[in-house]
Amino acid sequence: MAETTYNDFVIRFANVNGSGSASANGMFAKALFRMGIPVAARNIFPSNIEGLPTWFEVRVSEKGYAGRREGIDIMVAMNAETFAEDIESLVPGGFLVYDNSKELDVRLRRADINRIGVPISQLVLPEFPNPKHRALFKNIVYLGALSALISIDFDVITGMVSAQFKGKDDLIAPNIHALEIGRNYALNYLDCPLPIQVRYSDAVGDRIMVDGNAAAGLGAIYGGATVCAWYPITPSTSLAEAFEKYCNQLRTGKDGERNFAIIQAEDELAAMGIVIGAGWNGARAFTATSGPGVSLMTEFLGLAYFAEIPAVLWDIQRAGPSTGMPTRTQQGDLLAAAYASHGDTRHPLMFPSTPKECFEFAADALDLADRLQTPVIVLSDLELGMNDNLSEPFDWDDTRRYDRGKVLDRDALEDIEAFGRYVDVDGDGIGYRTLPGTHPEKGAFFTRGTSRDEYAAYTEAPEAYTRNMDRLLVKWETARSLVPAPEVHDEGRRAAIVYYGTTALPIPEALDRLREDGVELDTMRIRGFPFDEEVRAFIDRHEIVFLAEQNRDAQMKTLLVNDLAVDPARIDSVLYYGGFSISADTIYEQVSDYFEARKLPRLRAVSGRRDGAASAGEIGS
Amino acid sequence: MTFVAKPRVHHPQLPLNDLGLTRRDYEGSVSTLCAGCGHDSVSAAIVQACAQLSLPPHRFAKVSGIGCSSKTPSYFLSHSHGFNSVHGRMPSVATGSNLANRDLYCIGVSGDGDSASIGIGQFAHIVRRRINMLYIVDNNGTYGLTKGQFSATNDKGSTSKKGVPNLYAPIDLVSMALQIGATFVARSFSGDKRQLVPLIQAGLKHEGFAFIDVISPCVAFNNHNGSTKSYDYVRGNTGNVIEADFVTPGVEITADYEPGTIEDVAMPDGSTLRLRKLDEQYDPRDRVQALSHVQRAAEEGEVVTGLLYVDPDASDCHEILGTPSTPLNALDESVLCPGSDALERVNASLR
Repeated sequence: MAETTYNDFVIRFANVNGSGSASANGMFAKALFRMGIPVAARNIFPSNIEGLPTWFEVRVSEKGYAGRREGIDIMVAMNAETFAEDIESLVPGGFLVYDNSKELDVRLRRADINRIGVPISQLVLPEFPNPKHRALFKNIVYLGALSALISIDFDVITGMVSAQFKGKDDLIAPNIHALEIGRNYALNYLDCPLPIQVRYSDAVGDRIMVDGNAAAGLGAIYGGATVCAWYPITPSTSLAEAFEKYCNQLRTGKDGERNFAIIQAEDELAAMGIVIGAGWNGARAFTATSGPGVSLMTEFLGLAYFAEIPAVLWDIQRAGPSTGMPTRTQQGDLLAAAYASHGDTRHPLMFPSTPKECFEFAADALDLADRLQTPVIVLSDLELGMNDNLSEPFDWDDTRRYDRGKVLDRDALEDIEAFGRYVDVDGDGIGYRTLPGTHPEKGAFFTRGTSRDEYAAYTEAPEAYTRNMDRLLVKWETARSLVPAPEVHDEGRRAAIVYYGTTALPIPEALDRLREDGVELDTMRIRGFPFDEEVRAFIDRHEIVFLAEQNRDAQMKTLLVNDLAVDPARIDSVLYYGGFSISADTIYEQVSDYFEARKLPRLRAVSGRRDGAASAGEIGS
Repeated sequence: MTFVAKPRVHHPQLPLNDLGLTRRDYEGSVSTLCAGCGHDSVSAAIVQACAQLSLPPHRFAKVSGIGCSSKTPSYFLSHSHGFNSVHGRMPSVATGSNLANRDLYCIGVSGDGDSASIGIGQFAHIVRRRINMLYIVDNNGTYGLTKGQFSATNDKGSTSKKGVPNLYAPIDLVSMALQIGATFVARSFSGDKRQLVPLIQAGLKHEGFAFIDVISPCVAFNNHNGSTKSYDYVRGNTGNVIEADFVTPGVEITADYEPGTIEDVAMPDGSTLRLRKLDEQYDPRDRVQALSHVQRAAEEGEVVTGLLYVDPDASDCHEILGTPSTPLNALDESVLCPGSDALERVNASLR
């Protein structure tokens, strides 16, 4: 028997979509989380409601590694259709948990894995006469068996069942019974526990477990959004739904008045139009969509850029182009978002990496859009948006006031001689705006997508058009220092890796593995576009710069080249675009290959400290 | 083309309304449309309607899409903000604007290309959403700015200026609005200010979605013998089901109609919508009858005008959504931000 390991494995549940497995699998992850063990759960699901294969994968890591790791240690194989490939995906020495009510086909047997048969169908048959219940409780039975096999505190699970079915008390007893059936079978007939186990830890600390979309919906409430218009599209739907759920809880007044308006629009064009109409009239508004929706919103985004109207758009990216892989993750919309629209157009972008950042950026984006009077696009992805992630708890400063930007109220209008909507009074490229209905005599202007002069009067004069386009560039420079700054860890090494969004998840693990090989890298996590001056400086300071991202065309590299005139030869891309979340293995291998291909010694001589570099320390962000 | 400001000099004898303002205070900049364009008559009718109702001229949100019609919000109510957005998408911009500030009067001006072709989806859905606004379509059956292509409201067999016939059946926005559940539906003719002005007034006062399809001839491309949207054709083929007049709580505005059956409809703000029936059988509160009446008349080549349907008890989107009486754009942190204590409870629920 192998040496026992604790809190360090990958378990995958193979199920049939629509079979009720999500609840049992979610309880598994939550139980470990409640035992203080860091977990990262990933739902790998098809574009389907019922019948197709679905997987739920949990990375359990005492060290807190949250990225995906290749290879499965424990496979709970409940789907006959994918049985063969599921068995194939186990690492040598791994454990196959399966329903042995029927004997395992000899062709599927692997000599290098451990088979753990639990006769689940036979066990539930006499206990649950209703066939529908029987199917559902199969999932609970394997959860019970796992509790014995890997030493999950049984009280934690039963406590969760009781909490989950509070109010539907007649469901508590049969669920606990099903758990006990599985647990007792394992304790009586199987070698329990396995050498892969869990035990109580304090590694979670006070962190919470939540998906990025829920965090973003909540953050939009704290940031003062009152209008949300959206159209259903995976993987963004749950963001608008979370906004509605939390609005019902947190934004409903004593007399039942709802201090928010949510419109499920007829399409993404209308969703963006509603947001722009609301922004024009002074309400904080946002929409959430994915790549195909961004394509449809593009004309409106150009209007809002040119007419200078605040708007916030969450793009929860999925694998494109076209319908692509709608339930798989990717970072493939950077260029589409950054330059959405015809003509010379640019939009500020934000790249959150954690649910806490989703919460914060949701509020910050509303401030930023008002300050810059332009659409701000937050680029999340399916990996962050739809999976439960460990996150630092949300935090809000009650003294914070919304930055509504340059809006003239009635009194301010009284005091000024002549109002010009597009006059650059302060030299930052941002004019003063007024809201409809503010003043009987002053401040009214006509908003248009056509060319106009500083006083909002229609003109096709080349000088006026050019002046306006150049002022928008001044505003772009203003945006540079207002978007989130990069997070930099520079210890004076000669090589570095740059990344953003969910590519951050496997980075700590990849860095640890590279360090074991003698490759040490400084890091920079980009959080905003246009780029802060520090982004260029960081690249300039390093001889070798890797840029890891999850798309085919190295889109962030293109943005760096366009926005900072970085020499493209200075950046070596680490790319993954297969639709799963990028793994530490991928990053490790591609960085290692770089050193091998150039016959560079994988030593600190190359990847280590720069000549004359300052001693170790962090350059803050 | 440049922006031309009208001189703000009033004739000393122009009548003053209850706010002490004249019609000139409700005007906009000088129109750049063709001389004789029906759309300018619609703008003039809006000016007259708002002045007569003594509405504050800065308390409007004017929204439009793209096209000749969509330029017109520049030509009325220059003290109010206007938004000339993108082609076919005025309804969504109007929706957002109205959600943000329910206290403003909202006038949307669109065209037949804007609403019946590129924007037909948005048109249908704003009717469903019951946004409290007056939605006017300046309907000339042609694409003017791109020099005279047929639009989707053009009648089959109607010819272009060069004599080429239109091969496709028309879309009737009035029937569509009735079918989807608009609570105020009217049709008028830009050349009939006597009918149009009271309809605009009633539409502005309607607390729900009010739609007026205004046949508005295009003098440049669709005002010839083969056109069914020319001045001559419309004047000769109009059937009026009902005369509408609008009476504010104080003064009756116009009262020189032909005698007929009169029916007063109380509006939510205390004003009165006075209906003068020309067809004894017609009940403007029967949506199904309105729909069949319009379609039967169309089969006989007649354009039915007047107030076709009104639901005086209409509700609007804010009522559906349960929003507060204070406009959403006027709420501050004290109402909008739940604060750190509530956030701690959310954190606890996620552990």
